[in-house]
Amino acid sequence: MIRWLQELLQPAVVAEAPARVRAEQGETLAIQLALVIDLNVCVGCHACVTSCKQWNTSGSAGPLADQKPYGADPTGTFFNRVQTYEAGIFPGTETIHFPKSCLHCEDPPCVPVCPTGASYKRKEDGIVLVDYDKCIGCKYCAWACPYGARELDEERQVMTKCTLCVDRIYDEHLPKEDRKPACVKACPTGARLFGDVKDPNSEVSKAIRERGGYALMPEWETQPANQYLPRRKTDVVGDNS
Amino acid sequence: MNPAFSVVIFTTIAGAAQGLVVALALAVLAGLPLAPGFVSAALILAEAMLLIGLAASFAHLGRPERAWRAVLMWRTSWLSREVIVLPAFIGVIALWWLALRLGHATPLLPLAAILLAALLWYCTAMIYACLRFIQEWAQPLTLVNFTLIGLSSGLVLASALAAFAGEGVLLRVSGPCALVVTLIAWTTRMLALQHNATLKHKSTLQSATGINSPNLVQKSMGMSAGSFNTREFFHGRTLALLRQVKLGFIVLCFVLPAFFALLALASGAALPWVLAVLCQVPGLVAERWFFFAQARHPQNLYYQVVS
Repeated sequence: MIRWLQELLQPAVVAEAPARVRAEQGETLAIQLALVIDLNVCVGCHACVTSCKQWNTSGSAGPLADQKPYGADPTGTFFNRVQTYEAGIFPGTETIHFPKSCLHCEDPPCVPVCPTGASYKRKEDGIVLVDYDKCIGCKYCAWACPYGARELDEERQVMTKCTLCVDRIYDEHLPKEDRKPACVKACPTGARLFGDVKDPNSEVSKAIRERGGYALMPEWETQPANQYLPRRKTDVVGDNS
Repeated sequence: MNPAFSVVIFTTIAGAAQGLVVALALAVLAGLPLAPGFVSAALILAEAMLLIGLAASFAHLGRPERAWRAVLMWRTSWLSREVIVLPAFIGVIALWWLALRLGHATPLLPLAAILLAALLWYCTAMIYACLRFIQEWAQPLTLVNFTLIGLSSGLVLASALAAFAGEGVLLRVSGPCALVVTLIAWTTRMLALQHNATLKHKSTLQSATGINSPNLVQKSMGMSAGSFNTREFFHGRTLALLRQVKLGFIVLCFVLPAFFALLALASGAALPWVLAVLCQVPGLVAERWFFFAQARHPQNLYYQVVS
């Protein structure tokens, strides 16, 4: 009895608390994984789109449903899309292929609006994820993303999005060179760089610094972690203009 | 945005029920001699409307069986706060009805009902007004209009009920209030329309892609047959239809109810109140449909061309 009381009065020896997974709103993270996309070399082959679909439909984020895959108007869930834009006036036009996926914002507007806490930003590496077991499919997070980065899976009726291949980049069963997002591994021209944008010596930080990396829709101050490298003007040899 | 009818039905029917409850609660607190049977019946009607609204909001969910989880993030999410306030409001109305049945007249329950109705309007409107990049919604008038349109429809309904139940004492107050609130709601809704008509969207194709060329067009959105992004954020209706809906809701939601209210007040007849309710119902639906359809989500910049 007395020992029990002594134990009760002593400061409890707390077992090591499990690491907090969720980043708080406005919290500055030590590591922020991201993609940097080089618009100079993307050729619009959609290899990143198909490899993303293949990896994620088979992995922890899947299955990613397709509707009417063999019909006249097939549609389905994708985490990554490659779009094409044309700049300038003919004949001096430029074609720009523009891959677009979740930007893993440092201040993600999709996370605080989620009523269930299914949407969250990971404290350890800044990846924005959805817990599919908690999502109620209210679509409010998609409304709250200015980039249209989230897609509702029509079969599972939960919100899905790019995971930066979180089930791949830490997988120690894979050779080290394969621990990268599927899209990065698939890109034949090396237009997609992957790394920690908080580490000033990482490949992505150097690319952003040295080649004028920029964020999409800076007007909303979401601080996207993913950035894009602008096209560089190439001078034609002998061109005097 | 592509208006979801579940949300349109929920916000309009719950808004009218809130207005009805607020009208009853104010009348009771002001000490108007109302028949307890009338108050009970009106509360049951409000409760039924709220339950229909609740069912509609469940229909909006992809996974309704997990809906209980939506109360968890009240610290950051207006949707979560709404999910807490709505059942609380329904519960307080049920308690008030029970207290009436048991003969306990307490001013606390009508007071709580007014407070929760106001909170619910605030939460519902903030769900839309807090999305800073949907500029049609991110303005204080969104809150004003959700509240005033709810109050207007609730007062018109309360007046119609009072006219038919022979509650002349209530009608003498609620009738003029219905007219005035409808006219004010008309004004503030027109102000919001004017604000949206002169709105300059901050996001452009240039800021969305970072490609600094004045001549920039999309050639492909990356898929041929659409996706969640094209289904959820585009209503796909013509501008002509949108203009008709706008004119329709101004007439049905504000002009005609105000006219019939005026007619009823001048003639003392009950029938114009019924007409006011009958034309305001489709007017409310059209107004809320237009509220969603008019909002241009910046993500639409990325989904302009199929090829």
